[in-house]
Amino acid sequence: MSKLISSMSRGIDRIWATPIRFLDTLGEMLTMLGRAFLWGLRPPYRIGLTLQAMEFIGVGSLSIIVLVSMFTGGVFGLQSVKAFRVFQADGYVGTAVSLTLTREIAPVISALMVSGRAGSAMATELGSMRISEQIDALATLGVNPIQYLVVPRLIAATVMLPILTIVFNVCGMFGAYVFVVLVMGVDEGIFIHNIRWYTDVGDLGMGLIKATFFGLMLALVGCHQGYNAGGGAKGVGIATMRTVVITSVAILVMDFVLTQILMQVGF
Amino acid sequence: MARASKERAKQQAHGDGDVTQVRARGAAAGDDASGLEQRSENHQIRVRGLAKTFGEHEVLRGVDLDIERGHINVIIGGSGAGKSVMMKHLIGLLKPTAGHIYVDGEDIVPLDDYQLNRVRRKFGMLFQYAALFDSMTVEENVMFPLLEHRKKEMSRAQMKELVREKLQSLGLYNVEQKYPAELSGGMRKRVGLARAIITQPEVLFYDEPTTGLDPIATKNVDEMIAEISEQLGVTSVVISHDMASTFRIGHRVSMLYKGQIVASGSPSEIITNDHPQLREFLEHSGVNVATAEVRR
Ligand SMILES: Nc1ncnc2c1ncn2[C@@H]1O[C@H](COP(=O)(O)OP(=O)(O)O)[C@@H](O)[C@H]1O
Ligand SMILES: [Mg+2]
Repeated sequence: MSKLISSMSRGIDRIWATPIRFLDTLGEMLTMLGRAFLWGLRPPYRIGLTLQAMEFIGVGSLSIIVLVSMFTGGVFGLQSVKAFRVFQADGYVGTAVSLTLTREIAPVISALMVSGRAGSAMATELGSMRISEQIDALATLGVNPIQYLVVPRLIAATVMLPILTIVFNVCGMFGAYVFVVLVMGVDEGIFIHNIRWYTDVGDLGMGLIKATFFGLMLALVGCHQGYNAGGGAKGVGIATMRTVVITSVAILVMDFVLTQILMQVGF
Repeated sequence: MARASKERAKQQAHGDGDVTQVRARGAAAGDDASGLEQRSENHQIRVRGLAKTFGEHEVLRGVDLDIERGHINVIIGGSGAGKSVMMKHLIGLLKPTAGHIYVDGEDIVPLDDYQLNRVRRKFGMLFQYAALFDSMTVEENVMFPLLEHRKKEMSRAQMKELVREKLQSLGLYNVEQKYPAELSGGMRKRVGLARAIITQPEVLFYDEPTTGLDPIATKNVDEMIAEISEQLGVTSVVISHDMASTFRIGHRVSMLYKGQIVASGSPSEIITNDHPQLREFLEHSGVNVATAEVRR
C-alpha cells in the first residue's frame, strides 16, 4: 500500500517536473531578455558586432530563403489551382496564395529556416565559448558577456527576420506566378488583379509583426541555451538540439497565439 | 592610514559580523586594534564564510581565506575540491550561497554586473585552458582589453607595439597573426598571460597554470609567475596541484579540502603542518618533503 502511494507520488512528481522545468526555463529566458535590454541601453554600443550578426543571419540565410520560398509558393499555387478549379474559381488563386503567404507561410517558414541555421549556430557558438571559459574570460576582462554576445544577436535577428520575410513574399509570389500562370495557364491579368485587390498592407503587416517576434524568440532561445550550456562537448550538442526543438515548437505555438491576437485587433 | 580607516568604515557600513570576526581572530592571536588595520592593508582579498551549493551538491562550505597583497598565494587541493569554483567567486563570476568576499575592503557579493565590471578592472586571470577567443588572432586577443578600456589614451599603433612587447617578454615571437588553434598548449597559456597582464592589473589569478605542461614548460611558467609578481608588484592567486611548483613560488599556501580551507601558512609552515589530509596530499604529491626547495 505504502509502496503504491510512494510510486504514485513519484509519478505525480514526474508529471509536474516538465511544466516546472518549462516555467523555470521561461523565467530564465525572460530574465536574460531583461538584462539584455538594460545592457543594450548602456554604452558602448556594439555596432560592429551587430552588423556582423545581421550579416550572418540575413545575408547568410538569403539563398536558402530564396530557394525555399520559390518552391513553397510554386507548390502552394499548384495545389490551389487544383482546389479552386473544383468550383471553377481559379481566378481567385492569386488571392488565396498571396493572403496565406503574407499572413502565415512567409513568416513561419522563414523563421523555421533561420532557427535551423542561425538559432542553432548561436547555441553552438555561445555553448563552446561557455565550456572553453571564453565567456568567463570576457567578464574577467571587464566586458559584460550579455552586452557583447547576446544583445547584438537579439537585435540582428529581430531586424533581419522581417526583411527575410519580405524576400520570402516576393520570391514566393514569383514561384506561384510561374506555376499558376505559366504552367497551369491561369489568366495572368486576373491572377495579378486579384492579388492587388484582396491583399493589403494589413496582411503584409501581420506577417512582419509575427516575423519580428519569431526573430527575437529564436535568438533568445539560441543564446540562452548556449550561454547556459554545461558538461563539455556533449552539453553543446544538447544545447543546439534543444534550440532547434524549442524554437520549432515555439514558432508554431506563437503563430497560433499571435494570429488570434492580431485578428482581434483588426488585422 | 587614512585608507585603512576608510576601508574599515566601509566594512562597518555593510553591517555584518565580519569585523567582529576579524577582531576575535586578532585577539586570539594576541593582536591589538592596530593589528586590525594592519590586516586590511596586508590583505587585498578577504573571504569569510563562503559557501556555494549547486542544486544538492555542496561544493564550498564556509571558506575563510586571506589573500596577501603583493605576494604569491597558492591554493592547493585535490581535483574536484572546488578550487576553480572558489576562484570564480573571487572574481565575481559566481554568486555564493552564503558568505562575503572583500576586495580592498569592499564586499563584492552584493554587487550587480555593472558594479562588478568596475571591480574586475583590478583583476587579470589566466584560465586553466587559457580561454583565448578562438575567433580572433593572437594579436587581437591580447589587444582586446586595450581596445575595450584604453581606446581614449592609446592609438592603435601604440597598442600593437605594446602587444608585441608583451608577447616578446614572454618569449613569443612572430605569433601575432596566428589563431589560438595553431599554438601549442604552453604558447596558448603565455598568450593568455599576456592578455591578462596587458592592462596592468593589481591582482592576477592563475587557474592551474602548469597542468598539462611538460616539466620544462612548467618551470618556465613558474618562473614567469614569480617574475611578474616581482616586477609588477601584483598580488597573485595561484591554484595548483603541483606541490613542487607550489613550494618553489608560493609565499603563502592554503589547502582546500571538502569545501573548507584546512591549513594555511608559509611553505615551511605547511611542510611541518600535521593536518592529516594535508600530510596525505603531500605524501602522494611525489615531492620529498625533507628536501623540497622552499621559498624563503
Ligand atoms: N556550474 C556548475 N554547476 C554544477 N556543478 C559544478 C559547477 N561548477 C563546478 N561544479 C562542481 O563543483 C565541484 C568542484 O569543481 P571545481 O572547482 O572545478 O574543482 P577543482 O578543484 O578541480 O577546480 C565539482 O564536483 C564540479 O562538478
Ligand atoms: Mg579546476
